[in-house]
Amino acid sequence: MNWVWFHKLGSPPHFYRLAGKMLPWFAWPALLLCVGGTYGGLVLAPADYQQGDGFRILYVHAPAAWLSVMVYSAMAVYAAVGLIWRINVAHALAASCAAIGASFTVVALVTGSLWGRPMWGTYWEWDPRLTSELVLLFLYLGYMGLRSAIDDTARADRASAVLAIVGAVNVPIIHYSVTWWNSLHQAPSVMKFGKPTMPASMLIPLLMMLLGFTLYFVAIMLVRARGEVLRRERNAHWIAAAAEET
Amino acid sequence: MTHWLSMGGYWPYLWPSYLLTLLVVVLNIFFARRSLREARAEVRRRLQMQRSET
Repeated sequence: MNWVWFHKLGSPPHFYRLAGKMLPWFAWPALLLCVGGTYGGLVLAPADYQQGDGFRILYVHAPAAWLSVMVYSAMAVYAAVGLIWRINVAHALAASCAAIGASFTVVALVTGSLWGRPMWGTYWEWDPRLTSELVLLFLYLGYMGLRSAIDDTARADRASAVLAIVGAVNVPIIHYSVTWWNSLHQAPSVMKFGKPTMPASMLIPLLMMLLGFTLYFVAIMLVRARGEVLRRERNAHWIAAAAEET
Repeated sequence: MTHWLSMGGYWPYLWPSYLLTLLVVVLNIFFARRSLREARAEVRRRLQMQRSET
């Protein structure tokens, strides 16, 4: 198998240029999908027969919850790649994920809480899904805290990578918490094997939002990673041309 | 319009959820762009210092 592409991606100047070129290909589709998905979710989708219009919180809650878990998984994979192959760009990508993932974990928790009040009669319950999602937020905060506590970048990369990899054990726990234990939270209706238990009029806007948020995350991660690479490579020769960009 | 905005009485839960999500989406864009801008400015400063020293 030809691994040249992998080694090229690990080259900071190549990554910096490629990320800049790829950015619009993620940002514009993300915008279109999110606008379309929001319109579909708020206007076109019919009210739920049990939850009425309250179910429309789903169109922001589910994409935020998906991002919270997916971003952590991506962060752990980047951290592992950085740790095993000592690729600086992978560490830069992992560092770029943390703040994005933490912010969407907060959104997932708050919107879930706002949805829970009218449906379950409470803002918060120490339920397996809610608790494991809260643990995820603490993992993100721990990762960011650890990085900022260590001045030496190489040491910060290694220590935070170990934390990210160990914390990845929480990802399957979050996903399967609703099936392993008794939970107030509903079972998966989209992210499961077999046919989704949702009519197309509700499902299509949701899928648009999920894909839109995913592309949005990649776009934001690329912008952050470019800044991170510049900081790490400040003494390299190629940096002068990159810094002149506006 | 008012009927739609009331969201069947769920507006106190629904609109804050959408507003918070929009706020986080916008803030992520703002902070990411600022981070890249600051990194470029820092590199430019270092390059200027190096040029003035030589």
